[in-house]
Amino acid sequence: MTGLFERLGASTLNSITTLGRAVLFLLRVIAGCGEWVRRPGLLMRELYSVGVLTLVIIVVSGLFVGMVLSLQGYYTLVDFGAEQSLGVLVALSLTRELGPVVTALLFAGRAGSALTAEIGLMKATEQLAGMEMMAVDPERRVIAPRLTAAFISLPLLAVIFTLLGIIGAYIVGTALLGVDSGAFWSQMQAQVSFGDDVLNGVIKSLLFGLVAGWIAVFNGYDCMPTSHGVSRATTRTVVVTSLAVLALDFVLTALMFD
Amino acid sequence: MTANAPAPANSVLIDINALHYRRGGRLLFAGIDLAVERGEVVAIMGPSGTGKTTLLRLIGGQLSPQSGRVEVAGQRVDALSRRALYRLRRGMGVLFQSGALFTDLSCFDNVAFPLREHTELPEALIRIIVLMKLEAVGLRGARDLYPAQLSGGMARRVSLARALALDPEIILYDEPFAGQDPISMGALMKLIRQLNDALGLTSVIVSHDVDETLSIADRVYVLSDGQIIESGTPEALRQSDSAWVRQFIDAQPDGPVPFHYPAASIADDLGVDSEL
Repeated sequence: MTGLFERLGASTLNSITTLGRAVLFLLRVIAGCGEWVRRPGLLMRELYSVGVLTLVIIVVSGLFVGMVLSLQGYYTLVDFGAEQSLGVLVALSLTRELGPVVTALLFAGRAGSALTAEIGLMKATEQLAGMEMMAVDPERRVIAPRLTAAFISLPLLAVIFTLLGIIGAYIVGTALLGVDSGAFWSQMQAQVSFGDDVLNGVIKSLLFGLVAGWIAVFNGYDCMPTSHGVSRATTRTVVVTSLAVLALDFVLTALMFD
Repeated sequence: MTANAPAPANSVLIDINALHYRRGGRLLFAGIDLAVERGEVVAIMGPSGTGKTTLLRLIGGQLSPQSGRVEVAGQRVDALSRRALYRLRRGMGVLFQSGALFTDLSCFDNVAFPLREHTELPEALIRIIVLMKLEAVGLRGARDLYPAQLSGGMARRVSLARALALDPEIILYDEPFAGQDPISMGALMKLIRQLNDALGLTSVIVSHDVDETLSIADRVYVLSDGQIIESGTPEALRQSDSAWVRQFIDAQPDGPVPFHYPAASIADDLGVDSEL
């Protein structure tokens, strides 16, 4: 019985120290962002590998999510004779929730896992230690540009996801289901507010970008420098990011849309 | 002259005093004194697991001792600010056991990395410096290869060229001979000694390869159980009558360092009555 409490206590303490390390790490990395401000090339390269290479999965998923949303929404709305509101339904779901959240989940799987594995392998092969001994701080040279790239890319990807979702919904709604194209757009225009809906969605994805990037780079930097350690860190990145994004989304939604 | 008197500025470059370092409940160093003079090749030897690599990390300031002093060029490494430590490290090259080359950069870019990070030199000049460094290790022709295409010995030589890129005063070698074929081994030995003398470097080699290390070092320290148990020239070490040093140098499987890991008696372990 005491053994159980001991283990519970030990794992709680362990989680809290890890969280403390992660927060200090984040502060140091943010303080080290001056490096890429002086040398924007560092950031550009990361923006490409973190953002641009994630574009394909975001575009394709966005289209399909919008198309499915359109189908499902239509069958519910048509019972009430409200299929004219399809555009509103799709746009609100995407800007407020699905855009930021699904993008963050896909981002964790595509870019977050890649970041963790890359940094973890650099640690396991002593590349980070080597850099330190060459008087180059890996937190500034390697970590800060990657975290910043995640923070910048995720909101942009979420906007693209939302846009393509709406386009997908429009195609299915008007071409397949026969919703009037004018009604689709005008209802959306009348009922979706830029400040309340679009902007709040972007704020959400900014926070998700910070969280997803932070979890990914910290797990890589903090991993056990072995092949097993890197694999565990990569898995942890995807799991922890997904849970953190979903939990954070609940809190933000409760705060934003009362 | 007391032990605490400052050494003349131009002789002792690395000075370690009463160093204690504990990791995970295990005392790795229990009061080590060690001095490396300018221009020397000093070897630190001992069996695996005695913390030789840890000692290099202490000299490089990646770890801090619990007590004692580690001084490089008259500065206490563990008391330096981050900025000062990084300035000190620019004068220090480290050859990691794995090479620690950046796997996504070519040999050329690997050697150019410290130059591009720390200097504002034009690319044309960087090219000349890099080619000269690669020439020094005999790998100018391999400039466009990637680390994955190199053999272990070549990777270590490229890594050595990179460590030399900023013309350091000190080079630290972590197990430079481990896992090398005889030819690479010979090439590395020759390079370490020649570069040290030609460029006026100071070299610290951490190794357990007895013959190779003794043949190029000026002075040797032997580490065991957190203590320095013997030091001196390679000749003095070969003549040593310490049973421990003899076992290490002559590669005896049993002796003061037992063949068997401490254990209960085998009779008890197997459940056999030893009285029978």
